[in-house]
Amino acid sequence: MENSTLISIEALKKHFLTPGGRFTALNGIDLTIGKAEFTGVVGPSGSGKTTLLNIIGSLDSPSEGEVVVLGQSIADLNPKQAALLRRSHLGFIFQSYNLLPVYTVFENVEFPLLLLQLDDSKRRKMVMDSLEWLGLTDKAKSKPAQLSGGECQRVAIARAMVKKPEIVLADEPTANLDAANSHHILKTMVQLNKELKTTFIFATHDDKVIGYLRRKISLVDGKVLNDEITNN
Amino acid sequence: MIRFLLKGILRDKQRSLLPVVIVIIGVLLTVFLYCWLRGVLNDSTELNANFNAGHVKIMTAAYAKNIDQTPNDLALIGVDTLLIRLYKEFPEMKWGERIHFGGLIDAPDSRGETRTQGPAAGFGIDLLSGDRSEIRRFNLDKSLRRGRLPVHHGEILMSEEFSAKLKVNPGDTVTLIGSTMNGSMAMYNYTVCGTIVFGTGPMDQGSVIADIEDVRNALDMNNAAGEIVGYLPGNYYDEEKINQVVTRFKRLFPPSNDEYAPVIVTLRQQNNLGKMMDQIKGVGAFAVFIFVLSMSLVLWNAGLLGGLRRYSEFGTRLAIGEDYSHIYKTMIYESVLIGLIGSITGTIIGMLISLYMQDHGLDLSSMMKNATILMPAVFHARITSAAFFIGFIPGLLSTVIGTMLSGIGIYKRKTAQLFKELEA
Ligand SMILES: Nc1ncnc2c1ncn2[C@@H]1O[C@H](COP(=O)(O)OP(=O)(O)O)[C@@H](O)[C@H]1O
Ligand SMILES: [Mg+2]
Repeated sequence: MENSTLISIEALKKHFLTPGGRFTALNGIDLTIGKAEFTGVVGPSGSGKTTLLNIIGSLDSPSEGEVVVLGQSIADLNPKQAALLRRSHLGFIFQSYNLLPVYTVFENVEFPLLLLQLDDSKRRKMVMDSLEWLGLTDKAKSKPAQLSGGECQRVAIARAMVKKPEIVLADEPTANLDAANSHHILKTMVQLNKELKTTFIFATHDDKVIGYLRRKISLVDGKVLNDEITNN
Repeated sequence: MIRFLLKGILRDKQRSLLPVVIVIIGVLLTVFLYCWLRGVLNDSTELNANFNAGHVKIMTAAYAKNIDQTPNDLALIGVDTLLIRLYKEFPEMKWGERIHFGGLIDAPDSRGETRTQGPAAGFGIDLLSGDRSEIRRFNLDKSLRRGRLPVHHGEILMSEEFSAKLKVNPGDTVTLIGSTMNGSMAMYNYTVCGTIVFGTGPMDQGSVIADIEDVRNALDMNNAAGEIVGYLPGNYYDEEKINQVVTRFKRLFPPSNDEYAPVIVTLRQQNNLGKMMDQIKGVGAFAVFIFVLSMSLVLWNAGLLGGLRRYSEFGTRLAIGEDYSHIYKTMIYESVLIGLIGSITGTIIGMLISLYMQDHGLDLSSMMKNATILMPAVFHARITSAAFFIGFIPGLLSTVIGTMLSGIGIYKRKTAQLFKELEA
């Protein structure tokens, strides 16, 4: 089941031009990630986790090597095609939630479906389903400012999950949450991973997250140091 | 999607309020300024047309050349046949014969000796034929201060100021001392029947108005008139129609060397009115241009500031799967919505202020007292159909242009960079 490949990465390098010269953030990465994985890229701050996730998410492009996501080479995508890939197949969860503050919980979760131009009744049903998975049904009409951090992150997960994407990329999703909330959202994501077969890829250095991973990819200085299946 | 954006605009006051307020102020100023200029132009031309220039004026070539001196020795003669011809050839026009004359008004004491004297600028117009057109053009009914309008021959109206200067009251007799068409001295007795306040400097200082037949008698101008003024129906100066009238007139009376041949001049060609009209139009166009420019600059900057605030929103939307051009497009849609809200509101407020000023006007009579040109003392705004879009279109355009300029920043930023800013 976990063997059908969704993402394959070969000899990936990423350089940044900085005032101090060329900086190599990713220095030769080889990886494949399959369907329904619950995987984490783990490493200290500055090790290149976010850069890697951004490239997988087509928000950035490789400097060298090949990254293929769902059969599409990230380097070859133009901005419109990259947007289409994200819109149709990828979900993002951020450390700082990034909800749109003027919109209600319902509208925030509805937004990805508006981009997909789904019709009204279909959207409504999908949003309500997603809110139900996350236990947010009674918050549908609230604004982000009225919610706690844990609730905000659940809204962000609902927004990422609402279109049932193949892949969810979660960059430090627990960094702003207390232990109880962290465990709560992680359990929810494990659940969604089981039920919907969604692939989850985390970037994290949080032990609470690491405890839930089934595969742990350790990154140091832009290189994979270790890639292990854990016994979760 | 549009509904989604509209919700965002209405809820995010910080995003929409400043641009909307800027657009409202700009649009209402433009609308009001435009209506005001139209009104000033309109009041001035109407006043000039009625009191002096007509929409067209017919004179002899020689009179036209020396019009400042109102040389009545060069007046049109055989006016009755000329008028019949004009009415036949230009049935749509209204014509009025007029004599302008200068002279002394002499107010005698009880023994008939000169008590006071003063120079007068006189008008001989049709007051007694029963056709009230000229009375209306000179606004005599409303301008009457004391007494009544002439109903008999031998009666004369004086401006209130002039009568006060000469200490003359309605019922008194005054003598006009002037010169006849042939250059000899003319003396004619009139009874003052009423006094007039015109509300415009030059007319209020030393004017007298009498029926044209009485003036003809006094100045030996039988069947003559210095000027024949012509008006389009509805009293609205329509340049195109007037030009047609002029063309037809020139076909009837081809230009010749005859000094006494009738010639025609338009309102525009008199008293620098054409220049004034063009200047006012120029000022209007310039004001609109400046408005669009400054609004665009302000909105551009407002857009930049607003955009900075929204980078995290844009980054999130990019991650969710919008592309740049879609985000840019939605910004333009938003600006159209904001532009519409602001422009409609601004136009309505501008119109309301203009409407008030159209009805009430601004009384500048104290400032205009010593004016030597024929200008009204009360300025009104005037709403024309152009007022509906003169502010509206620039308001909408500048909002959209401002947003387009500021939105370019979104394109300049790489996806990952927007994204970094959102992580920070
Ligand atoms: N746009 C960029 N320009 C220059 N350097 C960058 C850029 N993005 C990331 N880096 C550098 O690359 C390294 C890896 O960053 P990042 O992937 O964010 O690490 P992590 O997420 O593991 O903390 C860091 O040293 C960071 O400073
Ligand atoms: Mg990071």
